[in-house]
Parts: sequence; structure tokens; C-alpha cells
Amino acid sequence: MRAAPHAALLRRDAARERLALAGLSVPALLLVGATMILPVGWLFVLSFLDDSGAPSLANYRRLLARPAYARILFATFEISILTTALCIVLGYLLAYALAQLPRRWAALGMLGVLMPFWTSILVRTYAWLVLLQRDGVINVWGMRLGLWHAPLALVYNLPGTLIGLVHIMLPFLVLPAYGAMRAVQRDHLRAAASLGATPVQVFWRVFFPLTLPGVAAGALIVFILCLGSFVTPAVLGGGKVLMAANAVASDVELFFNWGAASALGAVLLVLTFALLFLATRLVRLERLFGSEAP
Amino acid sequence: MTAGRSLPITVRQVGKRYGDLRALDDVDLDVRSGEFLTLLGPSGSGKTTLLMVLAGFARPDHGSIRFGENEVIRLPPHRRDVGVVFQSYALFPHMSVAGNIGFPLRLRKVPRAEIARRVEQALDLVQLSGLGGRRVDALSGGQRQRVALARAVVFAPRILLMDEPLSALDKQLREHMQIELRSLHARLGMTTICVTHDQREALTMSDRVAVIDRGRIMQIDTPRALYERPANRFVAGFVGQSFFLPVTRHGGAVHLDGCALRIAGPVPEGAAHLLLRPERLRILAAPEDGLNLLRGTVMSLAYQGESVLVQVVLAGGARIAVRTGAAASALPAEGAAVLLGLAPEDTVLLADAAA
Repeated sequence: MRAAPHAALLRRDAARERLALAGLSVPALLLVGATMILPVGWLFVLSFLDDSGAPSLANYRRLLARPAYARILFATFEISILTTALCIVLGYLLAYALAQLPRRWAALGMLGVLMPFWTSILVRTYAWLVLLQRDGVINVWGMRLGLWHAPLALVYNLPGTLIGLVHIMLPFLVLPAYGAMRAVQRDHLRAAASLGATPVQVFWRVFFPLTLPGVAAGALIVFILCLGSFVTPAVLGGGKVLMAANAVASDVELFFNWGAASALGAVLLVLTFALLFLATRLVRLERLFGSEAP
Repeated sequence: MTAGRSLPITVRQVGKRYGDLRALDDVDLDVRSGEFLTLLGPSGSGKTTLLMVLAGFARPDHGSIRFGENEVIRLPPHRRDVGVVFQSYALFPHMSVAGNIGFPLRLRKVPRAEIARRVEQALDLVQLSGLGGRRVDALSGGQRQRVALARAVVFAPRILLMDEPLSALDKQLREHMQIELRSLHARLGMTTICVTHDQREALTMSDRVAVIDRGRIMQIDTPRALYERPANRFVAGFVGQSFFLPVTRHGGAVHLDGCALRIAGPVPEGAAHLLLRPERLRILAAPEDGLNLLRGTVMSLAYQGESVLVQVVLAGGARIAVRTGAAASALPAEGAAVLLGLAPEDTVLLADAAA
């Protein structure tokens, strides 16, 4: 039997091509390794060393022993979840309004959503301080218009932190939600109507489920960014709102305690992964359930 | 077909403008109960707009639409109770096949067991038994088309609207589905309106075809009448391949290139053109009595499998084509003179449109 022509050469060409493509990704892999995996790994190792550098679980024992750390972790998740929830509600409404507009007006509205994006978080946070403080714009006008009579405590507390965080995080939800809404085909909505769905039913049974993946993606980004937020709770929380990043900063800056800071970071990372794992399981269950009887 | 399963549709003076464009120009249309009617026209003719108005997705400027006795022109789509098959199929990606088909039944609060039974029945009807659990994106194009159809008929609407239902399928499957849609319609009996730009599809499937151009219905007739007695040049040109040759009058006689024509059908008043269909012309070896004869020269031959298309220049200078059997022995050579015969019953005159 005659050998098929060029088989070995073509195989070698294919292998060479694969190698070249793999080679192209080496710089990126090196960068990620050097800037992400090594530092995080190093912090992880630090968290298992005591002050003298000997391996120990002292840092984690201290996390468990001191209720302050539990409070910080709880506050971190509480604020992140609240911010994400508020962003979902406000962001969905905003994205929906934009998606209903003609594209030109929607682009203008989107510019309004994105504009704060191009301003430093610090500047925006201090701007909120000006608006929200005791004799700030909002309190002055609220009282002048007779809406309330004593200055409201809008800042240096949880509500102030939430207002600032929601403002900063909103675009991360609006963008993917808007994209998902624009991608919904008009025929799907028409089909639902022709099959007997009222406008409300069209929304809940077709439009909303079809845009859910976009909202979920946005919510995930918002939630993760919130967990690591530092500037906003520091400025608008006025020291009363301590999130994990603030605790890490004070551990390192004030007490120069790398071990404690690393342990807190590691716990936060593990808890976040656990929560995300749980969330994906829930979403998948819902989808399974949804395909049976949505 | 039984009266309970279908409704007649009466359209009167329905108009819709988009800016300066008259998408629908005072359309009148009567669709009989249980009829399969196709709206045929080029893109932008208004055929899809008419379908969207019937389904309730587009709001016309004025007019009346009755399903049976009921005026529906102001009813929103979810209260019209018509099944719609979309060109894109519009299957819900977040539901399984059974979830899609059961959707209209769940909206109608049909009991679960009954839904399961009717979904199975509908799957059976479109020959997809056992695929109810599949994801929509795991289906082939032909299967999606069937699911869309099953979903549109499962709640037993008395009117079914289809917007280019087969245009996304490849040719083989499309021709198969045309026959299948026909037999499905015979079994279900609902009044069906289908939109297409494919004239062969329209002729294959329909009881009657309405040809639409620039928002107006040009002719509404059975496929045969439409093809053989088109009302005007637009219809003749759009349905089937055709050539138009100017004719002259000499007293009562109609002449083409100086020869009198034998015409079996009606002869219109005023200026007119002769309609020539390539497959109605015969290449003759010698003159035959009773036929209209045309002389010409063969320009080229195009082999098309089941037939050969012969391009011919007539003695008068007009270029036409003749479709003939593919048997090699009967074919004329390129450059040869040919004699063409046209039967009097195929000699159709069309009046020129009043300018």
C-alpha cells in the first residue's frame, strides 16, 4: 500500500503552528504569574508564619479569637450584598429605560452613565461628602424646602457608604444589563404576545429571563469590586464602617502586621470563592427548574 | 373544513404609511375560512407589514380587520388568538422544546397533565416525538422550524400566520416542508396566511396567492390562474420567468413582427404585449398547423440538469429564452436558425398599464 502523500509533513506543520500559538501566550502568562499568582501565593504563605517566621496558625487563631475580625468580615459581605442588590434594582431600571430609547438618545444616556467612570474615585467620593454632610447641599435644600427639619445623618455611616458605593458600581451593572437587553430579539417578545402573554407576562417570562445572564454578570463584577473597596468606606464611612480592605490597610500601616493582614485577605478570598460557588449552583438549579416550568 | 376550527378574515381599507412610503395602500382582502393564502411580493412590497398588522404587532393608520364577525383592529396581539410562525422561529432559548410548545397552554392555565398530553400530541404532529426534553439550541434548523410550527398551533388558534417560514432552510428541506405544511394545513384546517418572496413556494403551497407590490394587492387568484392568466405585467414578471414582446393591431387582428397571432383567450383593448414563457415555447423541426410560429437564431445553450435553456434572438431583434428537454439529440446548435411554436391557448396578451 502506498503512503498517503505529505501526511507526516502536514502533521509537523500542524504541530509547529500549535507551538507558535502557545508561544504567543507566554508573555501574558509570565505577566499574570509575576503580578498576580506570585504575590497572592506569597501572602498566602505569610499568613501561615508567625512573627518570628516560624510556621504556625497563630494568625488564623487570632482571627477566630477576636470578634472584631468577624465583625469586619460580616460588614464586608453585608455592604457588598446590599450594594449589589441596590445596583441590580437601580441598574436594571436604568438599563431598561436606556434600552427603550432610540439608539441615538440611548448613546447619550450611556455617556451620562459612563462619564463618572472617567473621574477618579477619590474625587467622586469627596464630591459625595460635599453633598451629603450635615451642612451639605442635600441637607440644606431638604430643610429649606421643608422636607425634613433636622439635618439627616447621610454620611460617616452605613447609608453614606452605600450611596457612594452604589454610585461608583452602577455602570458595571448597567453596561452588561443594557447589552443583554439590546440583544433580546423583538421576535421573541412578539412571539410571546402572539401566544397569549400580556405585556407583564412577556416581561417576566421572556424579557427578564433572557436578560438575567447580563444582570448576573454585572452583579458578579459589582459584588467582587465591593469586597475589595477601600476609598469609599474610608471616606464616607468616617471610620465607623470598617471593611476588609480598611482592616488590612490598618494592620499593615499601623501595626506592620503582614501575617494578620494576609490571613484576613486569605479568608476573604476563600469565603468569596465559596459564596460564588454557591451562587452558581443556585443559578444553575433555577435554570433547570425554569426549563421545566418557567 | 369544519367551521369551528377556522375563521374567515376580512380586511378593508387598511393603510399604513412610514413617512412618505405607503407600506399598505388601502388594502382590501377576503380570506375564506380554512383557506391557505400566500402573500407573495418582492421585499419592501408591504407583504410582511400586512402580516404584522394582522398579528397586531404593527398599528395601521386606518382600516378594518375582522376575524369572523369580530373587529380586531384595535386588539393587542395577546388577545387576537392567532398562531404566528416567525422567520427567525423566535423559540425561547431559556425553555426546552416542551417548554416552548407548552408556553401558550401555561398562559391559558391549562392543567399540567393536559399540557403534557397536548405538547406530546403537537410534537407527534410535526414528527418530533421524544424530543420534548431537548434544548432549543441542540436542534437543527429544520427541527426548530417544526417546533415553531407546533408552538403556533398547539393552542388551536383558528388563524395561523407565517412570515417566510421556510426561508432559512436549505433547498431540499424547503421543498419537503412545503408539501408538509400543505398536508398539515389539510389536517388542522385553520385559516392560514403565509408570507413569502419565493414564487414557487407560493404556487406549491397555496389555495390562492395574493401578489403584492408597493402596498397594493395586484392580483389574488389560484396558482394556475395566476401563472397562466396574470392580471398585468408585474404579476407575469414576478411569477415565473417571462418575456414581453410588443404587438401591433391591424383591424381586428393582432400582429407580432408582421405576422397575425392566433389567440385562444381574451384580447385586451389598447396597446398590449405578448407574454412569452420559456417552457411554453416549442422548438419545431418544421412548421406545424395551428401554432403561432416565431423565427430566430440560437445565441447560447445553458444545461440545467432537467432541462436546457436556449437563448434565442428573434427575427425582430428581441431576446427570449426557450426551455426544452435535455435530450442531446433534439438540441439546436449555437448560431443555428430555429423555428419556435406557441399554442394559441398559451398566447397571452397583457394590456400595457395605463400611464
